[in-house]
Amino acid sequence: MLFTSYEFIGFIAVLLTVYYLVPRRARPPLLLAASCAFYAFSGWENLLFIACTVLSVWGGGLLLEKNLARQKARLCAGELSAADKKAIRDGEKKKRKGILAAVLLLNLGILAAVKYLGFLTEGLNGVLGLFGAAPLSAASLIVPMGISFYTFQSIGYLVDVFRGAVPAQRSLWKFALFVSFFPQLVQGPISRYGDLSRTLFEPLPLSYAVLRRGLVRVLWGYFKKLVIADRLSVAVLAMTGGQDRGGFALALLFLYTIQLYADFTGGIDVTIGLAEAMGVTVAENFRRPYLAVSLKDYWRRWHISMCTWFRDYLFYPVSTSRLMRSLTKGTKKVFGDKAGRKVPLYLSSFIVWGATGLWHGANWNFLVWGLSNWAILMVSQELEGAWGAFRKRFPKTGGKAWRAVAVGRTFLLVAAMNLFDCYPTLGGTFGAFFSIFDPRAWAGFSFSSLLSLGLTGADFALTGVAVVLMFAVSCAGAWGDVRDRLEKMPFALRVVLLLLLFFAVLIFGAYGRGYDAGQFIYNRF
Amino acid sequence: MKRVKTILRVLCALLLFIGTFLLLQSLLTPKYVDDVVEGAFVAEYYREKKDHDVIFIGDCEVYENFSPAVLWEEYGVNSYIRGSAEQYIFQSYYLLEDTFYYEKPSVVVFNVQSLQFGEAQSEAYNRMTLEGMRWSPAKVAAIRASMTEDEHFIEYVFPLLRYHDRWSDLKQTDFQYLFHKKTVSHNGYYMRLDAKAVPENLPPVKPLGDYSFSDRAWSYLDRIVEACKREGVQLLLIKAPSVFPHWYDEWDEQVKAYAEKQGVRYINFLEHTEEIGLDFATDTYDAGQHMNLSGAEKCARWIGRILAEDYGVPDRRGEEALSAAWAGKLASYRAEIEEQKERYGLS
Repeated sequence: MLFTSYEFIGFIAVLLTVYYLVPRRARPPLLLAASCAFYAFSGWENLLFIACTVLSVWGGGLLLEKNLARQKARLCAGELSAADKKAIRDGEKKKRKGILAAVLLLNLGILAAVKYLGFLTEGLNGVLGLFGAAPLSAASLIVPMGISFYTFQSIGYLVDVFRGAVPAQRSLWKFALFVSFFPQLVQGPISRYGDLSRTLFEPLPLSYAVLRRGLVRVLWGYFKKLVIADRLSVAVLAMTGGQDRGGFALALLFLYTIQLYADFTGGIDVTIGLAEAMGVTVAENFRRPYLAVSLKDYWRRWHISMCTWFRDYLFYPVSTSRLMRSLTKGTKKVFGDKAGRKVPLYLSSFIVWGATGLWHGANWNFLVWGLSNWAILMVSQELEGAWGAFRKRFPKTGGKAWRAVAVGRTFLLVAAMNLFDCYPTLGGTFGAFFSIFDPRAWAGFSFSSLLSLGLTGADFALTGVAVVLMFAVSCAGAWGDVRDRLEKMPFALRVVLLLLLFFAVLIFGAYGRGYDAGQFIYNRF
Repeated sequence: MKRVKTILRVLCALLLFIGTFLLLQSLLTPKYVDDVVEGAFVAEYYREKKDHDVIFIGDCEVYENFSPAVLWEEYGVNSYIRGSAEQYIFQSYYLLEDTFYYEKPSVVVFNVQSLQFGEAQSEAYNRMTLEGMRWSPAKVAAIRASMTEDEHFIEYVFPLLRYHDRWSDLKQTDFQYLFHKKTVSHNGYYMRLDAKAVPENLPPVKPLGDYSFSDRAWSYLDRIVEACKREGVQLLLIKAPSVFPHWYDEWDEQVKAYAEKQGVRYINFLEHTEEIGLDFATDTYDAGQHMNLSGAEKCARWIGRILAEDYGVPDRRGEEALSAAWAGKLASYRAEIEEQKERYGLS
């Protein structure tokens, strides 16, 4: 059930009506039922996958907590020496690690099987080919909707329980709701248990104002998705379909970057707005990413929940692992203290960015995309000292103009790397990218050539206005929630503005016959 | 007091929303008044006083091949054509049910050409037939029976959802006919005066692998027959005299056998072209697919005699009110003849 389908709108209308009518305590169970229905709509067999994750992680969480309680009890029983206490702690921790590893293996195994089997087989066949061996045939499995999101969210919970950061959830249905909460099932964000559980199991009191606020955000999300992203997708698909050299490649770079932003942030607006309308608070996932002054800054603003997930659950454990610690000792000896300390750090970062790339898609393009990010970030970090010295020497470089240059440079960098997302192969990506610098590829290109991409001049003009509006609202958000300002406006003006927004979506939205964009780009992750 | 104020505010906002929605929907929905006028025919029926003696049901082979004006002028038969472009048999059935809701004619004339389609072939044709129907259980059933795979029922309920992307194609007529549409047919008849002869060397007829009509198409013909029997209305099955698309002998035999079994009369006009006086060099405007005015008037004259003599359809020219209504219609009919003569440079 797509967020942009009539079925979904109908589903939400019925759910919200019932949700507001039932008593407060009945709302979380209703949400679980709705989430199951929503998920079942994508295929009954998919319920088995999510049920497996729910049961294994929930059970794992309980076992971990039981183990912690036993450790506590053993430590409190009688007079124990420090050595005995250490032995108990180590012994119990080893057991907990075993539980954690088993559950992680199961869930990451499922994820790998459904999402990465083809990619792994392809890689393996490459190696086998070198030795003249016959290639293996890859079994193709249907990827259950949102599996990357709910698997990562569940793993985050389990690691938090392992670390003692959150208590294990004893209620199976509550945990099932945490994993399957439908607004964020499609494309995230990857919520933390500690954040989401606060309002998910005991939603905030509902009122007309809560409903209105939530639905305004939903409407804004649809504006971004339907008016901008899905309209641009017509041109983007035409370009990636073959019309992608020279000026078209440059246009693709810009248009896809805008489409991706409108699509993903639009989807997250729908998610957060819906949750808000139901009294559930979902953490923000973006903070004006295209105003970032560097790639590092960009990754603090874009898909925040994914970035912090990789930081907390992959980068920290890897960089502080025993292996890395002993590697640090070795590299310090070889490269000296300063440089030696950096090697394991960069290696951990390499692993994280490789995993981030593969999380986005099981192909070489995404892997190279992830590692390109890593390379640029590492180079930036290395140059930070030199840059600091430069700024000290030329203090004016801290001004607004320089900041604008930095924002533009970061945007171009991100846009260029987004090309990896447009093509299934590295050849396609690099072919399009390098054609931008080939004057022969620009032969015959003019702005009017863009009208051959399936969009009319009116479409481009409309999209231009909508994009300006989107960025204006996004920038205005830096000085406080735009909806707060809307609430303070006179009633008549507020109604007119909201009706304008509603009818803009209804009239100018690229939906229905003739448009096939439908899916959110982040659905496939 | 505050509560009342809030309720009033919400009501005002709701009214503004509904008003804007309806206005935009009316603006963006195609008007079918200039180029593709066929989409307007079904809706025009509801503007009529519904006491017709003969109702024609079917596709372009009825709305272009019979002139109700001639039936009135020469036989005093008050008839109406409920036809639309590529009207499928299931749509014909529901249009018949819809007609029976408003009136009970003496005779229903149904053109069997649509038996060849068991399923809807095109959304555009669905729209042109179904959008003009007034909301009723028949319309709901007609939509359900007609929808192609990627159509949504809600888009029939709110056509704005279907036509929203016409915002960049709006024409002057969309504003001109925002609240009221002009009448484009003559009791459902679509007039054309130009002529294009049937070519002398017609391409060979392509044989079919299977000449049987689908079960679904037959089932709707059964329902048409049953509905007429139920309402006590005489049914006349016809195959209009269009030479293209080809009407296979195998199809004709099946219909003849069916009509005989049901005790219903069936007339294949293609077998009576000489009797009717049709000249395929001058009586068709598109090389034999549809009749022009000359052909449609000849067909009307010929079937009018059958309706009057064999079916006892009364001559109502003596009825004052009806005659007055027809006088206006005939004036408009003649005016269009003159207008088309000028358009096509005819004497």
